[in-house]
Amino acid sequence: MTGKVKDEIMHDHNGDGIDRRGFLKCMAWAGTGALCVMSGGVLKSYSLSRLPDLSQKEALGELSFVQISDSHMGFHKPANPDVAGTLKAAVDKINALSAAPEFMLHTGDISHLSKPEEFDSVDQILKSAKPKDVFYVPGEHDVLNDDGKQFLERYGKGSKGGGWYSFDKKGAHFIGLVNVMNLKAGGLGTLGHEQLEWLEDDVKRLKHSTPIVVFAHIPLWSVYPEWGWGTEDSAQALASLKKFGSVTVLNGHIHQTMQKVEGNVTFHTAASTAFPQPQPGKADSPGPMKVPAEQLKSVLGITDVNYVQGQHALAVVDSTLA
Amino acid sequence: MRRSVSIAVLTAALVIGMGTISMGHKNFLAGAQQKQEATEVKIDNFSFGPATLTVPVGTSVTWTNRDDIPHTVVSTDGVFKSKVLDTDEKFSFTFSKAGTFPYFCSIHPKMTGKIIVQ
Repeated sequence: MTGKVKDEIMHDHNGDGIDRRGFLKCMAWAGTGALCVMSGGVLKSYSLSRLPDLSQKEALGELSFVQISDSHMGFHKPANPDVAGTLKAAVDKINALSAAPEFMLHTGDISHLSKPEEFDSVDQILKSAKPKDVFYVPGEHDVLNDDGKQFLERYGKGSKGGGWYSFDKKGAHFIGLVNVMNLKAGGLGTLGHEQLEWLEDDVKRLKHSTPIVVFAHIPLWSVYPEWGWGTEDSAQALASLKKFGSVTVLNGHIHQTMQKVEGNVTFHTAASTAFPQPQPGKADSPGPMKVPAEQLKSVLGITDVNYVQGQHALAVVDSTLA
Repeated sequence: MRRSVSIAVLTAALVIGMGTISMGHKNFLAGAQQKQEATEVKIDNFSFGPATLTVPVGTSVTWTNRDDIPHTVVSTDGVFKSKVLDTDEKFSFTFSKAGTFPYFCSIHPKMTGKIIVQ
């Protein structure tokens, strides 16, 4: 382990024992995304950091895609001064997969301040990913100041209302929902009446056996309402999906991985490509979590990285649904 | 002799004059400081502080975002609305009518506050 640490510090400009490469390696604790594999109509999700453990057969399935989230391009505070670097690291991991995933989902907070140049930077970085199609839903950071006008112009072609849409891939039905608009004082994420009606109508024609994948920024389950980590009217959305045998819900927003199985529905949240946030209630606020320098050093070794992965990886899901 | 008297008079006049200026300046500063203390809302750790602020009619209230994450200050009744405030950015609004003005952060709606204008 000591040898490994020495290996990694090659350009220590700040004298803190961490060079850029080492820093990016540290960021492995933040996770970088999830590989989702549809097999037998059931979706399994794997942390990108855990892929070396994944067998070729597991990684294929009928359909595989990648979820990335919360890139926060433009953020430059101590919790991560190089969000472009960590997003590039995620793309490198995606490109290293033996079979290229069919497409990517970005579950919002692409930008930090909705600035055009922030969106441009993300677009530029994602261009170098092997999967060419990226499906987006907005996070609250993507719709600042203009009620999402710019987001819709860039990413919302063919979408309905405030940017929601659905599409089919290899027999699975994907639904992108928007729950970051028209938020009410004291409330949580909101889907709204119009979107809920559309959803009910959208799934009417589908067979009960169709695997459903819903993706939205703010969790569609009550993770921690005290911090706004939930969606007011998500129960109504899930009621529309009751008849389906396999429903997977993918969210971002909380910058950490969590999963929950409730009847026919499996919920996942993805890690951020930018910076981690505290576990629910474990800090005064859900602000960016700066890992102390001494802790950063301690996660430089492979053993420690594995330990941290153990806390964050989504891999549990495959055993639950097997 | 004549010369020294005139210098003394001049000096005295100057001292009095300076005293008046500095006193006036001091009063002005004290007034401004008092006003500032009473009309500032700080955004820290995803909350408005103080959450409830009572001010007289005509007061300008200034919000400062001290978080690493952007926030907004939006009146629940549509009376005022800030642009997104990044770290250390400010927003001010002058309350010219009496009443209770609830507001929230439109990005993190769990953050709420209230200005009472009397």
